[in-house]
Amino acid sequence: MAATEDELRLRDVQAAQRAASEQERAGASASSRPGDPANAIEMRGVSKTYDVSNAGLRNATFAVRRGEFVFMVGPTGSGKSTLMRLLIKELEPDEGRILVAGRDLSELTHKQVPYYRRNLGVVFQDFKLLPNRTVHDNVAYALQVTGSRRKEIRAKVPDILRLTGLSTKLHHYPDQLSGGEQQRVSIARAFVNHPPLLLADEPTGNLDPETSIGIMQLLYRINRTGTTVLVATHDNAMVDRMRRRVLELDAGRIVRDEIGGRYAPADISTAEFGALLREPAPEPRRKGHDDPSDDFDDAFRD
Amino acid sequence: MKVGFFLREALRGMTRNAVPSFAALASVLVTLLVLGVFIPIVQATTGAANEVRGRVLVNVYLKSNSTQADIARVGGVIRQNDQVDKVQFVSKAKALSEEKAKNPEAYQLLGSNPLPDTYRVTPKNPDNTDELIASLAPQTPGGGSTVVDPAIDVVKSSKDDTQKILTATKVVKYTTGLLAVLLVIASILLISNTIRLSVFSRRREIHVMKLVGATDGFIRWPFVLEGTIVGALGAILAVLLLGVLKVALVDPLVSDFALLAAPQTVGFGALVAILLGAGILVSALGSAISLRRFLSV
Repeated sequence: MAATEDELRLRDVQAAQRAASEQERAGASASSRPGDPANAIEMRGVSKTYDVSNAGLRNATFAVRRGEFVFMVGPTGSGKSTLMRLLIKELEPDEGRILVAGRDLSELTHKQVPYYRRNLGVVFQDFKLLPNRTVHDNVAYALQVTGSRRKEIRAKVPDILRLTGLSTKLHHYPDQLSGGEQQRVSIARAFVNHPPLLLADEPTGNLDPETSIGIMQLLYRINRTGTTVLVATHDNAMVDRMRRRVLELDAGRIVRDEIGGRYAPADISTAEFGALLREPAPEPRRKGHDDPSDDFDDAFRD
Repeated sequence: MKVGFFLREALRGMTRNAVPSFAALASVLVTLLVLGVFIPIVQATTGAANEVRGRVLVNVYLKSNSTQADIARVGGVIRQNDQVDKVQFVSKAKALSEEKAKNPEAYQLLGSNPLPDTYRVTPKNPDNTDELIASLAPQTPGGGSTVVDPAIDVVKSSKDDTQKILTATKVVKYTTGLLAVLLVIASILLISNTIRLSVFSRRREIHVMKLVGATDGFIRWPFVLEGTIVGALGAILAVLLLGVLKVALVDPLVSDFALLAAPQTVGFGALVAILLGAGILVSALGSAISLRRFLSV
């Protein structure tokens, strides 16, 4: 029964995408229509293919409203990272338009890109900390690139490190920290400018479950300050328990766009959010004995 | 504020990446040291070669019965020739006394003086010796030669010696010149390659800086400053070592070896300026150029 529901939903999504792409094709006026500034992110028929592998993005169309908390799930190679890299303009799309806060990214010149990126907080799976700087200096660097005054840095950095629980590790270097601590540093760096949009690409990919929940709680707390948060993760089961909006990608296509919607974002506390994540996973489904994939066992019987 | 920040960043880059920075510094030091030794050697060799070429002479022998008037007239003819640099008159008597000094016994046996009056002519350009001879003693269509003045007997250069001197010095000049060019190219490649490596080892860091929203200039300046400091330090060390070499080894020998005292050798001050300038320029430019690839994110 659940399977048929999924299929229906999938069909809806695909129909919406088809409609959108037909609309794109219908006329140039459609693709050049201005973005809705209430959308933090809007993608219209975005495709990106790589020469070597077929990982990429195919005709992705969706919009994220300001202040939303969105999970993006899908197996490795489904296009999550490609989507993230397109959003930070590390890659250019082959087709389609990407609008962030109503602005078309393709209109940004090489010189404007750094200024655009300062409005984004980005958290990476591999943390991407600067190895030659202490925790404090890593976070301060995000302020220094914007030309902040020293006074401002001295005020803001300890603040954000307290929020992320790193006050005692100020003068440690990244290689002296655990994975979870490093990820918290990179979240602190991403958020120290209070960007309107925070992107996290597999922020818990390298971390154990309990640390992951801490990181997710931190992202949730950031979302509650009004920041739009987009989190890519391959932990499908955990995301399903959270009742947030979920975008699912598979082989570069958006196959599910589900508004969790049981709670309004402001309704639950960070602790409750964490509790949701800790809920027991659904019982693993046992296969019936007549399942043909059990033939493997028969091979050893004689 | 900004200059101070970039300077601190450059120093941080150097101290936290000590090994690549040291490699860059060492390659600047070594290449500049070799260049610093080689440039004066090239110049001294060229100077010596030019000096040898200056010894090429054309002798104008006068007929034995020429009078004082003939001698003066021929002198005038030679001086009017625009290929001529210096003219020296050697009289019969003087030639005899010179030769006697070299070989007293042989000349003791001769009763009379067989030597003619001679003009020793130094050509302006040793390579044009043949033209000078031709203008004083033009070839006749028959194959012999005439002379421009009846009082002139023969015009000769010590043909074989001249040719040898000219080819030998040419070879020396071209070889040292070629070596110098190769050495300069090798130095530039070596220094810029080491800097490339140092930048390459930090490409991930540069990438992260770009993703955090740093402008190209914000990333580039500390690297260029770092290159400048490394280049300057390497050059200063090279110059100090060269100074020690000069004071300890070269200066005591100058009085004994003409080669070292050759007039065209560059002054130590100029050499220091060239080396410092080259070291800093190549390192700073090398940093800026190597960065370009990693900044295009």
